[in-house]
Amino acid sequence: MIMEKLSWIEYQSLGTFQRILYNIRRFLAAIPSFLIGIGKAIVRGVRTAACAVGREFRDLVMTLIRGSWRTKLSYLIMGFGNFACGQIVRGAAFLLFEVVFIWYTVTIGAGWMGKLDTLGDVQAGEVYDPILDTYTRTAGDDSFKILLFGGLSVVFCVAFIIAWRMNIKQSRENDEILKSGKRPQKFKADIHDLVDAKFHKTLLAVPLLGIFLFTVLPILFMIVVAFTNYDGAHDGYSNLFTWVGLSNFGDLFNSQKSNLGYAFKHILGWTLTWAFFATFTNYFLGIVVALLINKKGIKFKKVWRGILVLTSAVPQFISLMYMSKLFAKNGLINGFLIKSGILDVPFDFWGNATSARILVILINVWIGIPYLMLIATGILMNIPDDLYESAKIDGANAVQAFMKITLPYMLFITGPYLLTSFIGNINNFNVIFLLTGGNISNPRLTVGGTSATDTDLLITWLYKITTGADSNFKLASVVGIMIFIVVAVLSLIVYNVLPSNKNEEDFQ
Amino acid sequence: MSEKTSKKYKSLKKKTMTGNIITYVVLAVISVVWLIPFFMIVLESFRCETTMQVGYVFPKEWGFKNYISLFQGSDVVKYPRWYLNTLIIAIAVAVIQPVIVLCVSYTLSRTRFASRKLLMNGMLVIGMFPGFLSMIILYKVLSSMGLTGTGSIYGLILVYTASSGMGYYVSKGFFDTVPKSLDEAARVDGATRARVLFSIIIPMSKPIIIYTILTAFMAPWGDFMFASYIAHNTGEGMNVAVGLNNMIGSATSLSAHYTEFCAGGVLIAVPITILFMCLQKYYVEGVTGGAVKG
Repeated sequence: MIMEKLSWIEYQSLGTFQRILYNIRRFLAAIPSFLIGIGKAIVRGVRTAACAVGREFRDLVMTLIRGSWRTKLSYLIMGFGNFACGQIVRGAAFLLFEVVFIWYTVTIGAGWMGKLDTLGDVQAGEVYDPILDTYTRTAGDDSFKILLFGGLSVVFCVAFIIAWRMNIKQSRENDEILKSGKRPQKFKADIHDLVDAKFHKTLLAVPLLGIFLFTVLPILFMIVVAFTNYDGAHDGYSNLFTWVGLSNFGDLFNSQKSNLGYAFKHILGWTLTWAFFATFTNYFLGIVVALLINKKGIKFKKVWRGILVLTSAVPQFISLMYMSKLFAKNGLINGFLIKSGILDVPFDFWGNATSARILVILINVWIGIPYLMLIATGILMNIPDDLYESAKIDGANAVQAFMKITLPYMLFITGPYLLTSFIGNINNFNVIFLLTGGNISNPRLTVGGTSATDTDLLITWLYKITTGADSNFKLASVVGIMIFIVVAVLSLIVYNVLPSNKNEEDFQ
Repeated sequence: MSEKTSKKYKSLKKKTMTGNIITYVVLAVISVVWLIPFFMIVLESFRCETTMQVGYVFPKEWGFKNYISLFQGSDVVKYPRWYLNTLIIAIAVAVIQPVIVLCVSYTLSRTRFASRKLLMNGMLVIGMFPGFLSMIILYKVLSSMGLTGTGSIYGLILVYTASSGMGYYVSKGFFDTVPKSLDEAARVDGATRARVLFSIIIPMSKPIIIYTILTAFMAPWGDFMFASYIAHNTGEGMNVAVGLNNMIGSATSLSAHYTEFCAGGVLIAVPITILFMCLQKYYVEGVTGGAVKG
């Protein structure tokens, strides 16, 4: 479907509904070319990376041929080039790193890495000893440890290669500095650099180390787990686990084999529906409340705002847990409804899928509006008053002014915020879990020892899978990767297809 | 003024009057709806009849029974311990996290280096993975070091702070608005980059520092997912959210501990709300600034 872009005058002649339709069709029509664009970008990226690696190798060879004897020796003895130029501390650091690396790899690392291909093949067990008439435990492999330490050893190897490359580069730079008649920088100058020219390295060292150790490495590990059969039955030490290729992903999309395929589709669908409603109900109602409070002639603005901000100061989990009990079968709401004669028997709000789903969205509005009200108030104050005045002179009523001025302005400013809050809602664990964690699960969503309710999002499902009876870690990591894919695709589409950057000057 | 125009003015005035009255009514309804649950929770915390549903709003017998039994504790209820755990974690996070966040945001806003764009894109992509995914392996590593279960305070502090550099967006937005000419003037006068940060930028960034400290302090009180996984059903290692949820987890414990739960909630909400209201100005600035810059 190739859509022709309408000229401005043609576009203006369309009705509101036709315009929306036109925009949706253009959006859909742009997706294929967008996907092709991603493909091209990937190919280009791979080619650039390949070129970079090729350049590095050529550079290594050329340096080996043309470099001084100091640089050539640096290929074998790391830090030699630094020592020879008087950079004792740098040289010592390189040399120490090399010694530690070789010692570690020979004594420990090689053993772990050698077992990485099968993740261990000696099962731990018990052997009957006829002389002593007892069972003795025999040592075996532990797949988890092999994967962990083997992986860490591989990371260590990569770090070594980078350091080795740095050592050669520095040695060659020293050669060039010496050739130009200057002296290479000493340790004291290095230290001064760290608070001045290279201050960013000092500042980023600890934060990046933290991110690397506590986020990057664990996520790499869990991505790898998605390709194994690691779960409660194959826990690594009493029962080895091994590589299974893509079969975990295959199971997720296979509806015939078990509940898994159905559960995934069902939960993914609800996750997206929830994120959509949770984001936009909050957004529009938040703007409306902000407009009401900021309306000209309304007094006690600070009091109204203060009341709402006050409620957002209370830690969310308290209000969520309280709300969850409020609507319970024996909760206050049911008690009130029965007493006032509206109901005869308590209505189980959390008991059926539809009412539970509507309720979580409503309660989320209650939770989210104060926050949105704050954001909207800040932005609304920046809308120039003359825009409204000229609209009034042209005969626009309040609704028209809202639709043509306020809303476009808000959407323009808060576009990125809408995306982050949509993604935040996809991963909104607290609201769903604390409200509906104790609900009766839907039997069709039960996978192995993990049950799920109709209101479960992918993130709460991930939590339930991990803490579930059969500790299905392989499924958990597959679901985690799926969440990543959903979030990444959404972000890419929003950033690239929506023309948010096109009319940047509209409100400036 | 002719009679006709004065009539017109009157009707306009009438129109805005009715509009305002409707707005006041709506605002009043909104305020009531938003405040009622908190009002109820306070009332129920002073109710001495401990069953969950009693069928009336105002307690028949008032008293501090729930508060007292919370602090006396039992096998299930270890409220003082949970409270202390959360407080320690929150203070530690409020000290460490702002330092890390400010380091990252200042660097990414003010200095230009080769891998800056790569770094920012990398953090963006890593941030798209659900944080809980890494907990599965982190739990195994931390538990082998004794930082889970009873020792989960330290484990949680590590988990909360280690990756906090990835939440640099709001404060980077702030630093982007501080004029660069300030830095340059100081640099021309011979100040090192470190000196520029400590004697020029930091004194200017009080609002964003307070905002970062406030959000860092509040976050551990509301976290359930990480805290429950690290505590792993050990009463001594729970934070208040996990502890209270555990306390009213099953139907029988719910009716037994419901009013105690309300009392526990009030005890957390009151100090945090007071702190929050004192620093409200900075919070509002941070929230509105952060949303505009994405």
